[in-house]
Amino acid sequence: MEILLVILMGLLYAAGIYMLFRRSMVKLLLGIMLLGNGANILIFLLGRITKGQPPVIDEAAKVFTDIYADPIPQALILTAIVIGFGIQSFAIVLLKRVYVLINSDDLDDLNTPEDEDI
Amino acid sequence: MKSTILKTATSYLLPILLLFSVFILLRGHYHPGGGFVGGLIASIAFVLHGFTYGTENTLKLMRYHPAVLIPAGLALATLSMFAPVLLGLPVMTGLWIDEPIPVIGMVGSALFFDLGVYLVVIGVVLTILFTITQYNE
Amino acid sequence: MINNYLILPVIAHLFTAVLLLFFWRRTVAQRIISIAGSFIVLLAAIGLFTRVWNNGILVMQAANWEAPFGITFVADVFSSSMVLLTSFAGLAVSLFSAAGVARARMQYGYFPILHFLLMGLNGAFLTGDIFNLYVWFEVIIISSFVLLTLGGRKAQLEGAVKYMALNILASTFFLTGIGMLYGITGTLNMADLAMKVPLVGHRILVDVTAIFFILGFGIKSAVFPLYFWLPSSYHTPPSAVAAIFGGLLTKVGIYALFRVFTLIFIPDDFIRTLLIILAVLTILTGSFGAIIKRNIRRMFSYLIVCHIGFMIGGLGLFSEVALMGALFYLFHDMIIKTNLFLIAGLIRQQRGTMNMEKLGGLYAEYPRLSLLIAIVLFSLIGIPPLSGFWPKIYLFEAGFMTGQYILIAAIIIGSLVTLYVVSRMWADVFWKRAPLDDTSPEDRFKRMGIGKKTLLVTPIAFLAFISLYIGLGAENITAVVQRIASEMMDTTPYIRAVLGKS
Repeated sequence: MEILLVILMGLLYAAGIYMLFRRSMVKLLLGIMLLGNGANILIFLLGRITKGQPPVIDEAAKVFTDIYADPIPQALILTAIVIGFGIQSFAIVLLKRVYVLINSDDLDDLNTPEDEDI
Repeated sequence: MKSTILKTATSYLLPILLLFSVFILLRGHYHPGGGFVGGLIASIAFVLHGFTYGTENTLKLMRYHPAVLIPAGLALATLSMFAPVLLGLPVMTGLWIDEPIPVIGMVGSALFFDLGVYLVVIGVVLTILFTITQYNE
Repeated sequence: MINNYLILPVIAHLFTAVLLLFFWRRTVAQRIISIAGSFIVLLAAIGLFTRVWNNGILVMQAANWEAPFGITFVADVFSSSMVLLTSFAGLAVSLFSAAGVARARMQYGYFPILHFLLMGLNGAFLTGDIFNLYVWFEVIIISSFVLLTLGGRKAQLEGAVKYMALNILASTFFLTGIGMLYGITGTLNMADLAMKVPLVGHRILVDVTAIFFILGFGIKSAVFPLYFWLPSSYHTPPSAVAAIFGGLLTKVGIYALFRVFTLIFIPDDFIRTLLIILAVLTILTGSFGAIIKRNIRRMFSYLIVCHIGFMIGGLGLFSEVALMGALFYLFHDMIIKTNLFLIAGLIRQQRGTMNMEKLGGLYAEYPRLSLLIAIVLFSLIGIPPLSGFWPKIYLFEAGFMTGQYILIAAIIIGSLVTLYVVSRMWADVFWKRAPLDDTSPEDRFKRMGIGKKTLLVTPIAFLAFISLYIGLGAENITAVVQRIASEMMDTTPYIRAVLGKS
C-alpha cells in the first residue's frame, strides 16, 4: 500500500512540474492541480497509514481500545482539498478571461510592452 | 439538454438530493458528512437542474441569486464562532444544549457553524458554475 | 487562561467584511464601514500591543482544546507589533481607497475582499500553529488574486496569471514542507515543534524540510531566484491595492521566515550561508532592476525586492544584533513601501501617468505636497536621522562582527542604488520642467473636492508621520526590536506560554 502511494505521489509531482514547464495556460492549470494532489498524498503517506476505526471515542470509555486512524492528516488533506477547490475554480475563471482577452493559450503572449504602462 | 430520461430523473432527483444533503449536514458531527459535503450535494442538485432545464430556469426556480447565500452563511458561521466569547470562553468553543431534540439530535453552536458553511458552499459553488456557464451563453 | 482579546484584530476585520457584503453595491456606505472597521482594528491592535508589552506573551486556545492538540493563537511582541503596523497600513489604505479606487471596482466587492485580506494577514501573524499559518496564507492569496484581477484590464490579468501560478506553487511547497514536518515529528503546534525538531536524529531530513520552507516563503517574499512574479504584477493593479501588496504581502513571507527559522529550525551553518548568499543576490538583482526602470511603480517593485535582501541577510547572520537590524528594517519597510505606492497613486491622479519621461514639474505646482513626499523618500534612502538609517547600522555592526564583508558590500551597493534611483526620480518627477505635450490628460486631483483631496493626502501624511516617528523615536523602536530579538534567541518563554509547562 505504502509503496504504491509513494510511486503515485512521485508520478503526480513529476507530472505536475512537467506541466508547469509547458507554455500553455491550460497545462499550467493542470500542473497546479496535479501538484496539489501530490502534496495531499504526501501528507496522507507521512501521517502513517493505519487500517483502523474512526477516532471517535465512546462516551463511556476513557481510552481507545481499538487501533484508530490518525485524524490529523485527514483533516489537513480535507482542508487542503477545500482550499485547492477554491483556488482552482478561481484560476479557471481567470484563465478563461485571459483567453478571451488575448485569444491565445500561450503564456509567452502575456507580455504587454512596457511603453503601454500607465 | 433535450432528453426525456434526464428531465424525468431530474424532477425526482432534485428534492431527493436536497433532502439527502440536509441528512448529510445533520449527521456530520460524529460521522462522515457535514456542511461542506452537504453543501456540495445540494449544489450538485441545482447544477443537475441547470443541465436539464438551462441556467435561467434554475435561477428562476431559486428565486434569489445564489450569491445572496454567501453573506448570510458567513454571518451565521461567524456569529456561531464568536457566540462563546459572550460567555467568556475561547473563540469556537462548542456550546451544547443539555437535552437532545428529536430527529435532529444534539444542537450546539457547531451545528450552526456547519449550517453557515453549508450555505456558503452552495452560494460559492453555484455562483462560480453559473458565472462560467452564462459566460459561454 | 482565556485571552479572547488577542483574536480581536482578526474578528473585527471578519465582521467588517461580512457587514460590507450586506452593503453590496452601496459604495458610500461601504467606504464609511471600511474606514470605521480599520479604525476599530487599529484601536484593538494598539490595545493588544500594550497588553503584550506590559504582561508578556498572550495565548488563546481556540475551541478550548489544549495545546498541542488544538489550534493555538499566540501574541508575542513580534506578532503584536506586526499586527499594529498592518493596522496602520490598513487604515491608510482604507482611507486612500475611499477616494482613489474606481466606483466600478467597489461595486464588485473591493472593500470586503480588502478586509478579508487584512484579516488573513492578522491571522497569519497571530497563529501559533503551522498548518493554520498555511490556511491564513491561502486566505491572503485568494483575496489578493481577486484584488489583483478586479477591473480586468489586459495588463492586470497578465500580471495576475504570473502572480497566481507562482504563489500557488509556493503554497504547494509550503504544504509539502508541513507534510514532511508532521511526518518526522507528529505535531503541528509551533511551540511543540520547537521542542521536538531539535531531537530528530536525521538532520539531513530536517534540512530538506527547511529548504521546502525556504522555497515556499522565499517565493512569497520575493527572494532572489524566485522574485520574477513581483515586478511583473505589482505595477498593474490600482495603487491602493499595490500599496497593500508592496507593503504587507511580501512582509508576511518575511515574518513567516523569521518565525519558522528562529523557533522551529534553528539555522545551522549550511542554512545561514544559503540565506546570506540569497540575500546578497536579492539585493544586487533588485537594485540593478530598479536602475533601468522608468516607470515609478516598476521601479518601486524592484526596490521591494532589493530591500527584502536586507532582512534576509539579517536573518542569515543570526545574531541578536543582526536580528535587531533586520526587524527594525522590516518595521520601517512595511510603512514606507505602503506609502510609496500610495504616493505613486497620488501622482497618477495628478498627471494620469507614472512614466518618469512624461512626468515633471510637480514641485512647482504642489510645493507643500512635494515636501511631504520628500520626507518619505528621504526616510526610504536612510538619511540620518530618518527611519532607513538606524537598521543599517545594526546590520553593519553584525556583519563586521561575523566577518560577512560580502553582505556588507551588497548592503552598501543596495543603499547607494536606492539613493541614486530615488534622487533621479525626484529630479525627473518633481524638479524637471513638465514636458510640453498636448496629449497629457488633465489634472484629476485639481478638480476634486476638498473631501476627496483630504482622503488622498491624509493617509500619506499619516504614514509619513509614522515613518518620522520610527526615525526620530528610534530609541523606542530599538527597545521593541531588542526585546523581540532576545525572545527569538531564547524561545523558552514562548514555548512555556503555549504549552503551559517548561
